[in-house]
Amino acid sequence: MSPETHEPVDHAAAAARFIADAPHLAFHDTRLWELRQKRDGQMHGVPEWETLRDLASAIKEHTLSRLAEYLEQFEAQAIANGVQVHWARDGAEHNAIVLRILRENNAKTLVKSKSMLTEECEMSPFLAQHGITITETDLGERIQQLDDEPPSHIVVPAVHKLRTDVARVFARRIGGDPENTDAHYLAEHCRVTTRPLMLDADAGLTGANFLVAETGAMVVCTNEGNADLSANLPPLHIVSVGIEKLIPRQADLGVFVRLLSRSALGSPITQYTSHFRGARDGGRMHIVLVDNGRSKRLGQAEFWTSLKCIRCGACMNTCPVYRRSGGLSYGAVYSGPIGAIINPAYDPARYAALPFASTLNGSCTQVCPVRINIHEQLYAWRRIIAAGGLLPGKKRLVMRLAGVVLGSPALYRLSTALARTAVRILPRGLLYTRLNGWGRDRELPTPPSESFASWHARRKKAG
Amino acid sequence: MKVGLAVPCFIDSFFPEVGIATLELLERLGVDVTYPAGQTCCGQPMANSGFNGASRGTEANFARLFAGFDAVVMPSASCVNHIRKHLDAIPQDEGVRQLRANTYELVEFLHDVLCVREFPWAEFPHRVGLHNSCTALRSLHHANTSEIEEKPFSKPLDLLAGVRGIRFVEPLRADECCGFGGTFSVNEDAVSGRMGLDKVRDHAAAGADYIVSADTSCLMHQQGCARRAGMPLRFIHIAQILNGASA
Amino acid sequence: MSARDDILAACRAARPPGDHPLPNLPAFAPASSDLRAGFEQGLALMGGRSFDLPAGTALGAFIAAQFPGERLIRDASGELPEFPRVDAVNRPRDLENVDVAVVRARFGVAETGSVFLSESELQVNTVGYLSQHLVVLLDPVALVAGIADAYQRRDFGEVRYASLMTGPSATADIEGVLIRGAQGVRSLTVIFCPRTIEDAAARSAG
Repeated sequence: MSPETHEPVDHAAAAARFIADAPHLAFHDTRLWELRQKRDGQMHGVPEWETLRDLASAIKEHTLSRLAEYLEQFEAQAIANGVQVHWARDGAEHNAIVLRILRENNAKTLVKSKSMLTEECEMSPFLAQHGITITETDLGERIQQLDDEPPSHIVVPAVHKLRTDVARVFARRIGGDPENTDAHYLAEHCRVTTRPLMLDADAGLTGANFLVAETGAMVVCTNEGNADLSANLPPLHIVSVGIEKLIPRQADLGVFVRLLSRSALGSPITQYTSHFRGARDGGRMHIVLVDNGRSKRLGQAEFWTSLKCIRCGACMNTCPVYRRSGGLSYGAVYSGPIGAIINPAYDPARYAALPFASTLNGSCTQVCPVRINIHEQLYAWRRIIAAGGLLPGKKRLVMRLAGVVLGSPALYRLSTALARTAVRILPRGLLYTRLNGWGRDRELPTPPSESFASWHARRKKAG
Repeated sequence: MKVGLAVPCFIDSFFPEVGIATLELLERLGVDVTYPAGQTCCGQPMANSGFNGASRGTEANFARLFAGFDAVVMPSASCVNHIRKHLDAIPQDEGVRQLRANTYELVEFLHDVLCVREFPWAEFPHRVGLHNSCTALRSLHHANTSEIEEKPFSKPLDLLAGVRGIRFVEPLRADECCGFGGTFSVNEDAVSGRMGLDKVRDHAAAGADYIVSADTSCLMHQQGCARRAGMPLRFIHIAQILNGASA
Repeated sequence: MSARDDILAACRAARPPGDHPLPNLPAFAPASSDLRAGFEQGLALMGGRSFDLPAGTALGAFIAAQFPGERLIRDASGELPEFPRVDAVNRPRDLENVDVAVVRARFGVAETGSVFLSESELQVNTVGYLSQHLVVLLDPVALVAGIADAYQRRDFGEVRYASLMTGPSATADIEGVLIRGAQGVRSLTVIFCPRTIEDAAARSAG
């Protein structure tokens, strides 16, 4: 994340804009709910599903609890396999390392597959400033690159766009017919315009879904095969990966690979599950292991288990708030429920609104294949953000006032009686104002003539 | 067993009929139930917003009023969940610990503690969509959820099965959140309102005349959305049906 | 301190409390005892096709008949001397004009319809992605039941590159419309047949 100060994210306002666009909202909600249902279908087909989630969680917690040891084991294996291993404390170090490797290899063009880590490090703008031409090779990511937008979802980066949007972006940036909105035409157009860039690239960069300490394997899961092309075509392959991606044993892949795509897209496996252990003949391979706040999070008792995340996006697909607000409304690299607990760790002031962009319904926690207690971490972040004075003054005042009123039976009786009377006697124009967030989308309840307490007191008196 | 009835603030102020039904139902079932006067709230609105310190006075009042009961019953899952999991702004002495462990949501109390299944006085000849609140489902486990591979069960349906004439409709997204979420409903009013609208439309499309729930807060929100959209759906708390409300 | 030592020290300092033992991995019952049927079902779900080599039909002729009109067929299996070899090219990108490539998978996975292909089987890794169509020869007895069984094998540790490939390249990034042939092969066809021709080069590479 860049060090300059940023305006706090206003999720509610961005979400309201997203909701105002009916066709985009309808598609976004329907598409992601469909992924959630496909995930359910896969779950029902695997009788040991809940056991797999237990195992995945336990393996990740074990690995994180001995992360230094497993990193050393992985490093030794990778070096033995002929891979050059680099370490980066933060995004800036990561970017500098990648640039240095590219320059040492006289590489000016880079093809890359989707990597949330490089988004996190803001690598692409940095390399572009230094004269490197970057081409995203995942279709959704390429659409987002051409539209100068970050990915809105960690698995389906352009899910907030309609085909008409894609046709317009392509026409503007890579030619093509803006009127032809056929998805097959658009995908084919991207294929034929991207392939020459891949063939001529000097270097390829991929992320990794898993690092196997035992064998030094870097495992990359894609459906397009774009990571395999990015890695296997150019003579130089760079893997950028966060240190939390470690797993101890090759056999552990038998747990995680079974869960990943089933949770993400509701398919039993990605089309390509590829294992890179060393450069091919004549090629060179580097890996950059990046911390960027992870070791700090590891030390946070309430939040370290968020490092178990395998980036499947299931929590986004199921999240009723995410589906109705779009990933870009989170104003952050990671959106949705997992983003709402990861981003505040980087900058609690900037991302103060995100833990509140949730009803705490808990569906995210229940679909998480590694059993991250996402909704409980949202709750924990709320306390930290409130205690840190990071919420707007109005909200702080309202909460203190509510605390005083609800702490006193007399004040409570008075204020609720006033509220009932106000709703009963005030004209609509005064009740449904701009300040009444409730009344913008809903009617207020019809006030009863008396409270339960007063009914009960009468009844008791009457005996 | 001496039972204290806790009536949540929004039920007390705006939906007294739910509190009345709960009290009458418990009395009808022979429970030795008392409603201590001077109740306000459980502290959840402040605590859920991150200001658990601000709920200290509220929680202290709650703990004072309900000290000494064998069980406390509330017709609200989210309040009960707050008391069990998060009522920690006040010192945790033995009394407070016991209170937190002995507080029950109404459906749980009827289903698991009283183990009652028959409601011979209850008849509700309407098409009903059941809305389980997210807290009732995912924290209190009133029923199985679509996200988890488990054997289907439903405590509210077990209870409502004892009501004559009631028919159920199945919305497509039965256990999706309706978007209330406490202060979320105001802070994120656009998303909240949209979720509520989608929820009531889903029930209406399934053919529901009524939406029934153990959580009045969800119903208040959904009713507001349905009314704004001009939909004729009606809303009722499970206690009212079990207590013999006819419409 | 170097970044490496800093990061490792930070991870040690931040070690979460508790024991967190590494669990043993139990063996789960396979979804189906009919591995062949499971494989075909899994592959079809992921957009791949599978055929038996009809008795008495020559493999090369059968493949050519599946792809009428495709001009350049290259072979990495070493079993089809009538086609030019994949490893005859100089650079990975030179396979860009291949219409159909033929490879032999080391094994298949019934649970998902996946095939194991490494640098040994592919000869040049890019052939699995640059070709328009991929034909995978698979011995029907070379099937394991599940993904977990596949990862019990040593094969992954013996190669520098290995992919579990399941159907063709695919994307649904534009309005959820499923498209086969996003960046990689447009189709993947599995032909069940035991190895018939022993190729010295293939054997030594494998």
